[in-house]
Amino acid sequence: MPRVVVTGIGVISALGLNAQEFWEALHHGFSGIRPIDTIDDGQLRFKNVAQVPGFSPEAEFPPGQLACMDRFAQFAVFSAREAIAHANVEWTPPLQEKAIVVTGSCMGGRSAEEDGYRALFLKKSRIHPLTIPLAMSNAGASHISMCHGIKGPVFTISTACASSAHALGHAFWMVRSGQAPLAIAGGSEAPLFLGGLKAWEALRVVTKDTCRPFSRDRSGMILGEGAAMFVLEPLQTALARGVQPMAEIVGFGMSSDAGHITEPSCDGAARAMRSALDDSGLACEQVGYINAHGTATEANDRTETAAIRAVFGSHAEHLAISSTKSMHGHTLGAAGALEAAAAVLALKHAILPPTANYTIPDPACDLDVIPNSARPLTVDACLSNSFAFGGMNAVLAFRRL
Amino acid sequence: MANSETIQERILRVISRSKRIQLESVRPDSTFAELGIDSLDRLNLLFDLESEFDISIDDEDAKRANQVSDVLMGVQQLLAARGNIPVSN
Repeated sequence: MPRVVVTGIGVISALGLNAQEFWEALHHGFSGIRPIDTIDDGQLRFKNVAQVPGFSPEAEFPPGQLACMDRFAQFAVFSAREAIAHANVEWTPPLQEKAIVVTGSCMGGRSAEEDGYRALFLKKSRIHPLTIPLAMSNAGASHISMCHGIKGPVFTISTACASSAHALGHAFWMVRSGQAPLAIAGGSEAPLFLGGLKAWEALRVVTKDTCRPFSRDRSGMILGEGAAMFVLEPLQTALARGVQPMAEIVGFGMSSDAGHITEPSCDGAARAMRSALDDSGLACEQVGYINAHGTATEANDRTETAAIRAVFGSHAEHLAISSTKSMHGHTLGAAGALEAAAAVLALKHAILPPTANYTIPDPACDLDVIPNSARPLTVDACLSNSFAFGGMNAVLAFRRL
Repeated sequence: MANSETIQERILRVISRSKRIQLESVRPDSTFAELGIDSLDRLNLLFDLESEFDISIDDEDAKRANQVSDVLMGVQQLLAARGNIPVSN
């Protein structure tokens, strides 16, 4: 099987409009969590979110195209454009015929749907005729394929907060098996609309404070928006094109808890990590860093810590882990891709991003969580964990080149 | 409901309806564990209590409730803080 590498990454997030701004903020431990400025005071019990700053869709897309894209699809296309430019992909008809797009999104364009319902129920007016194509969760993948003429398999995976980790994993497997010469893969999410925010609020998992993963005083997640897209291709193809790969993607593991619809399972998380390690051929001792799921809910962080200990045994003491959600928020269906981007950039730059906003150690989360300051350290391999509501777990493994 | 229904009786009724269990099985000294109330049941219960009493229950306060008596005390405090203890509607 060919080795598969990452040759391009595009990121739009609360930390900026491109991968470089994302990495600058991450390795300085800067958080993009701020009070929301698009929803009136008093409508929400919490105030902080991780909102993309300074994005002007009108400057990025022609009016006709923009009219067909919800914010989540705009993010998908925008970050794919960056990844493709970064990888210096030169489209040819044979490549376009076989290349694939695999995206993940949890909520898709549901804000467009909300606009439609508002028109229908409150204003007693008509629903916009493009509501369905705006709202469909595969819109991001479709628009990427249309923008670049990509005609191979194009599909979207929706597994809640693991969506884009599943998307990247399946794209990786299709490239590794020779079914695709090149993949654009990742995820996007734009959940900061009133109905979506109120639904998360009702689930009582959003903090009124900020996101403090693994801290004893953690009190829940911060919702974020954004997207991250990768270009994946065989190592030999990248070298033949004269492109410098950022890292190698070496493993993907999945599992299901078959337990509870929202409570995480140590066993399910551990099985996904073991499966990713098995797929990669990596020994536990080769893994130096884990970008944790680390939502800062009481249950996730405690359970994830126990799962890491179960998988890595005594090597857990030599592992560094961090939750970059403390800086870019929980971007739901985009989270797996944003965090995989953080993991790849950490390998490439030999700097491990911190867990920001860390205050008090929690005996139930007693791993080295890289509190508050990045750590210059060369590690050979890392994992990126994603554990979704519904008990769907996805773990990606990357190796330094 | 009869206007004479006490706050405690209303809470027991809300719990039995919310968890879909017999009213007789919900006692003032029951724990959530005894009633089989898990994290999702707890969400439903908080939602139903907020509707029943027209109150807003803070997330952090809610996390500390583990038995029926905690609910009773918390609801009474919220009603007292509002300055009126309404009769059942």
